[in-house]
Amino acid sequence: MSLFTKYGQLIALLALALFTTTLHASGPLRIAAASDLRYALNDIVDLYREARPEANIEVIYGSSGKMTTQIINGAPYDVFFSADISFPEKLQAEGLTTTEPSVYAIGRIVIWSNTLDAASLTLEDLASDAITRIAIAQPDHAPYGLRAKEAMQAAGVWEAVQSKMVFGENIAHTAQMTESGAAQVGIIALSLASFPELATHNHHLIDNALHNPLTQGYVVTRRGGQKSEAMAFAEFMATEQAHNVMTRYGFVIPE
Amino acid sequence: MFTLGPAEWQAIEVTFRLCLYTTLILLVLATPLAWWLANGRSHSRVVVQAVVALPLVLPPTVLGFYLLLALGPRGVVGKTLEDLGFHHLAFTFEGILIASVIYSMPFAVQPLTEAFKNLGRRPVEVASSLGAGALDRFRTVILPLTRGGFVVAATLTFAHTLGEFGVILMLGGSIPGETKVLSVLIYDHAEGMNYAAAHSLSLMLLIFAFVTLFVVYSITRRFRVANL
Repeated sequence: MSLFTKYGQLIALLALALFTTTLHASGPLRIAAASDLRYALNDIVDLYREARPEANIEVIYGSSGKMTTQIINGAPYDVFFSADISFPEKLQAEGLTTTEPSVYAIGRIVIWSNTLDAASLTLEDLASDAITRIAIAQPDHAPYGLRAKEAMQAAGVWEAVQSKMVFGENIAHTAQMTESGAAQVGIIALSLASFPELATHNHHLIDNALHNPLTQGYVVTRRGGQKSEAMAFAEFMATEQAHNVMTRYGFVIPE
Repeated sequence: MFTLGPAEWQAIEVTFRLCLYTTLILLVLATPLAWWLANGRSHSRVVVQAVVALPLVLPPTVLGFYLLLALGPRGVVGKTLEDLGFHHLAFTFEGILIASVIYSMPFAVQPLTEAFKNLGRRPVEVASSLGAGALDRFRTVILPLTRGGFVVAATLTFAHTLGEFGVILMLGGSIPGETKVLSVLIYDHAEGMNYAAAHSLSLMLLIFAFVTLFVVYSITRRFRVANL
């Protein structure tokens, strides 16, 4: 019997150790960001750190839909930069935000390839037999994927390309699938195609009349409302310095 | 080749902490459970055996999905903790630790059950008739005779936790220093097209996994030769 008492004590001890570490300190500023911001936001965070070397910031990238689900399920993010403002609005409806969702940039989509000259490709070309694999982001939860689907529907090729579609988990994953050559052609964010390593290849800018606008919105979450750093970073995104980085990556800054 | 930055070291630290805690917790939980599975007479053993083995066949996403629902602020466990003034467990180190314990359970329970079955009831009964108490029997009879099983259980649990990905991705949310383990960081590096960093970490894990398995097989062979 004493064996089991010993075990009981040991388990109780482990449980105690578990709960004492559950008391979280305020910790770093955690930013959840849509994957199209992967390179642009990294540059902006670097600039921010130059101005405030003591700033402790972590950026986590993923698809906007996934990030939204995570925040609803209690993920500890303080600021959320979405690729579509509908996701921050959804969080607001759930009562999980501090600030009003607001637009910080308009995104664009491009046709990009690592093996072909994408500048000479059009959406109509995607239906041709010469192209065997096309990557887009998952339209269900990645805004850039949904806009790519809309553009192909508008161009009348969506049905024809069905059998050769592959879907990335988010837009950066889609770019990586295309960069690796696994997919011949990808419809990716202009902001990713503008990243120096990818910009060595040409891209074809898709007419933005063919899809709903990529109105990118951000919000400070309810959790982030308790951190002054969250508001400070949000304000920094509105500075000319940050805008310059965004425009360099092909974003349009709203009036 | 191995150029490790602060993000890599942080992920290594989180990963090894996770593996170590999972192994310790599982050895404590699995020992009595395996003993009961090896020597018990109850018919419910089969049910427990099946439940313990579930992570072997279930996609990690199933486990990750249910744990996210249960441990999050709206889940049974998460909400209860919040009501008691604690923090819920989704997207925390404690959350992925619970997930790892469940996920690696069969790797601790099965080698121990085997070891206890091979040992049989006889040595313990003899020790008992000679007046040895429960703890004494465990320390001086069971543990030395089944130490091979313990070594294999601990090593496999540690190594299997190291290879965990899907559950952590769903439940952990890739938070640096908290839930961003090596497998998730490699995924992140590949997605960011930082192939050099993905390579060094992947190669490191490959070598580590091989060495671990090599050690496990060497040990099982040695113990089998010694008739254990």
